Amino acid sequence: MIYADNAATTKMSKAVIAEMLPYMEEVYGNPSSLYAFGQEAKEALEEARADIAACIGAEPKEIIFTSGGSEADNQAIFSAAHLGAKKGKKHIISTAFEHHAVLHTLEKLKKEGFEIELLDVHKNGIVTAEEVKEAIREDTCLVTIMYANNEIGTIEPIKEIGAVCREKGVLFHTDAVQAAGHLKINVKEQNIDMLSLSAHKFHGPKGIGVLYAKKGIILENLINGGGQERGKRAGTENLPAIKGMAKALKDACSNIDQYSARLTPLRDRLIEGLNKIPYSELNGDREKRLPGNVNFCFEGIEGESLLLLLDDKGICASSGSACTSGSLDPSHVLLAIGRPHEVAHGSLRLSIGEDITEKEIDYIITAVSEVIAYLRSISPFWRDLENGKRPHVFAE
Amino acid sequence: MALYSEKVMDHFRNPRNVGIIEDADGVGEVGNAVCGDIMKIYLKINDDIITDVKFETFGCGSAIASSSMATELIKGKPLSEALKLTNKAVTEALDGLPGHKIHCSVLAEEAIKAAVKDYYEKKGIAYDKSIFPDCESCGHCCHEGE
Repeated sequence: MIYADNAATTKMSKAVIAEMLPYMEEVYGNPSSLYAFGQEAKEALEEARADIAACIGAEPKEIIFTSGGSEADNQAIFSAAHLGAKKGKKHIISTAFEHHAVLHTLEKLKKEGFEIELLDVHKNGIVTAEEVKEAIREDTCLVTIMYANNEIGTIEPIKEIGAVCREKGVLFHTDAVQAAGHLKINVKEQNIDMLSLSAHKFHGPKGIGVLYAKKGIILENLINGGGQERGKRAGTENLPAIKGMAKALKDACSNIDQYSARLTPLRDRLIEGLNKIPYSELNGDREKRLPGNVNFCFEGIEGESLLLLLDDKGICASSGSACTSGSLDPSHVLLAIGRPHEVAHGSLRLSIGEDITEKEIDYIITAVSEVIAYLRSISPFWRDLENGKRPHVFAE
Repeated sequence: MALYSEKVMDHFRNPRNVGIIEDADGVGEVGNAVCGDIMKIYLKINDDIITDVKFETFGCGSAIASSSMATELIKGKPLSEALKLTNKAVTEALDGLPGHKIHCSVLAEEAIKAAVKDYYEKKGIAYDKSIFPDCESCGHCCHEGE
């Protein structure tokens, strides 16, 4: 099996599992307990917090552990919005292709009376700092823009956007779920006020994440109860997962240059190979994208049938077609970069991991080419494109 | 549990009657590229019997499987029987479809009816219009904003 869906989730590394086990078998005390056995767990917890803070250039007390990226996004956005509302500021800037954890939270705030402005991400899937600057108003309380897109992998100019927000005195949150462990993060250098990340995207465990919130930002609780996480997130800490996440992030960050240097040429080989398929196009900027992300649209075929046939050939991938999204519309990300519906249905995301080999890349190229050719051979839509009854969207 | 039954996967992987009939007596096309599925059915008809049937489908796994199964169910049958084919019969023959995929079987039923209607119209045969569904029978609307 070739696992090419690392943007969905990743395999946990053996080192991470080994790091976690003692916190299930031995140091299982509750970090809130007074006795030494509990305090041992508390020390381990604080060590993990310091490790994670160091990886992203933050202070340990700026790190809040959450159940994952979605919770971190929700808490960051609600907190910033409600802080703004107290000062009469109810305008929020984001982009049209954020993760649903952000977009659905913003939808909820819209119902509370906030004005949500979603910036265009253009055909290349990148918003500019100038556009953010122009959009900021007197009553803007938050800018929330993802670091890297989960579907098309494009990387946003976070540092520049952060600088603009600092200049204007507006809080800046970034959903860095796809970036953490894959791209360098330094919240101070990159002018980030709040940041979300999720462990399972960088070989850590599922169900654990981080919300970084710069000193002085008063967070609003989503989960009320005990006084854990400086009273900002109740519930006994999932210490094994937190230790696993800290180990995974440390490993990823110490290896980030080698990771990128190894993966980028393989990604490019895959892009070049798939580009040879007639009437296909890469989604998102060719250069400013995650080292492991390849996302294509193919004319005349539908994504779900493509995924099923690739599965038969031992390849795990994903698609933004309506049939795979479980709704009637294809991916909002592909629509946001201007892909017409009929083309967005024929999308394929391959997110490769560091274990992949050149031989496997070549196998994927052959497999995708064969499956596309077959599906086109039975597609009346493709026949119409070939007969000139419908216009092609892409060049041959 | 797998997304689809083994029957669905069999018909998806090895679709029966896939292709076109150049001199078809009736051709029906339903669905919409914007929506992500199009089915096209070609019929060869002799003495009111469907002597041959082919299909082409742009769509998901269950759309391809539904077309394949539907063509199997009407091949060699009289037109009157083909017109009685329901989406429910297609779904049952496939050992079921996930809830959000039922519309694929609806498309298969409609594609066959559209092909028969085309045949009647080409031949100038009078037919009962009420047996042919209009747009509203479909589970979801692909034609909004057209």
